[in-house]
Amino acid sequence: MTTPPERIVVVGASLAGLAAAHALRERGYAGRLTLVGAEPHRPYDRPPLSKQVLRGLYSADTTLPCHPDLRAEFRLGQPATRLDLTGRVVECEDGSRLPYDRLLIATGTRARPWPNPEEAALAGVFTLRDRDDAERLGAHLRTKPQRVVLVGGGFIGFEVASTCRDLDIPVTLLVRDAVPLTAALGPRLGGLIGEVAREKGVDLRLESEIERMEGEAGRLAAVILKDGTRIETDCLVAAIGTLRNVEWLDGSGLEADAGGLRCDAFCRALLHDGRVAEGVFCAGDVARWPNPHDDDALVAVEHWGNARAQAETAAANMLAGDASAMRRHDHLPDFWSQQFGLTIKLVGLTEGADALAVVHGSFEERRLVAAFGKAGRTVAAAAIDSARWLPAYKAAIRERAPFPPIEDAVDQPRIRVQEP
Amino acid sequence: MKVVVDLNRCQAYAQCIYAAPGHFALHGREALVYDPSPDETARGEIERAIHACPVRAITAYPDAADAAAGEAR
Repeated sequence: MTTPPERIVVVGASLAGLAAAHALRERGYAGRLTLVGAEPHRPYDRPPLSKQVLRGLYSADTTLPCHPDLRAEFRLGQPATRLDLTGRVVECEDGSRLPYDRLLIATGTRARPWPNPEEAALAGVFTLRDRDDAERLGAHLRTKPQRVVLVGGGFIGFEVASTCRDLDIPVTLLVRDAVPLTAALGPRLGGLIGEVAREKGVDLRLESEIERMEGEAGRLAAVILKDGTRIETDCLVAAIGTLRNVEWLDGSGLEADAGGLRCDAFCRALLHDGRVAEGVFCAGDVARWPNPHDDDALVAVEHWGNARAQAETAAANMLAGDASAMRRHDHLPDFWSQQFGLTIKLVGLTEGADALAVVHGSFEERRLVAAFGKAGRTVAAAAIDSARWLPAYKAAIRERAPFPPIEDAVDQPRIRVQEP
Repeated sequence: MKVVVDLNRCQAYAQCIYAAPGHFALHGREALVYDPSPDETARGEIERAIHACPVRAITAYPDAADAAAGEAR
């Protein structure tokens, strides 16, 4: 039995870090609680950044609500630079040393920078991940750029494209794959969203990549595509994924790489040799964890819901004493996206799905729930403007129900199983 | 104050929009947008929205006092 903690350090002051801090206090932890954040801001919410913040609706201040009695010390603008597991100390950039009995690593991810540094440095070239990024890009959009070129066929790219269309700014969206959003939604649904984007005026170019950018006096002037097409533009947003913030763990002995920080089912960080690092836990986008809904396949997701749920599990386990009192992180992956007036929601993971069935609504209505099957089991469900039906399928996925999961509902007379 | 909505939970019952019309809105059928940082004078409306939400998706707290930052327990 380990002694109860008196000093807890949380590295990462974003959604997961703050959720863990709240959960620790709710569970009665009364000791010292320190949150270390690389950015100068108190924990803030990121999903609105690509949508309402860029559009200038409401306030750009998305600081997350914080319990008035959280009693946490925030060390902001102060990235952690080193972890000493033996001495149980976190070192920060300013040289300060924070001793801990329990440590939560929730350092998340950062935007993947544009690979060519000279092009990335051109004025008018942006990435979008942080509040400051959104402020810079938002200010540029308010100057009404002639055209915004978006690179990347993921959700951020589509959400920013949608926001630009709301602002009546011409948009070209470059997607490397033949169908957008396939990794998350599969080709059928991804194709539908692509169709909607085109109807809303997005110049969607599939199987398109940038060969190079042209600058004039340090400003972006045009992009040249691999097929030779030249597009004049003064604004480019590279939404080409993220990198996990694990570099500060180099040499610590923790098993961390580009795929994330490896943790066990109880959110405990693991060492290179697979043993548990005593007192060290992990949550949020940086974590790579065994997903019980996929035979414990290792997964790292960049989802709002997982960050909160995993932080809460980690907090509970930090206070649990020994492993027998710990609970496993069994969150079912879920996320949402809002774009072009549609709300897209997904529960479960579609990776490896071999079948799809529309179980409510239809593609034609653009209002539907689609269940995804893999080897005869239901593994995921996606909703477009049909959020109310999704919880029923969430239960089916947790139970690994046969696919399709519900076949006799009066409102779904003919379920046709098709390719995803 | 500061407001956050768990949009995984939100099912667009739109009760918040009636409770606090200036601070929540639907864009399209289900896309909820909201003011993450309403003025303290909106507290009554925001609290009505919190209680009106059938799926309990809304969380709000007063703005953190500046003194709280950098202060140990």
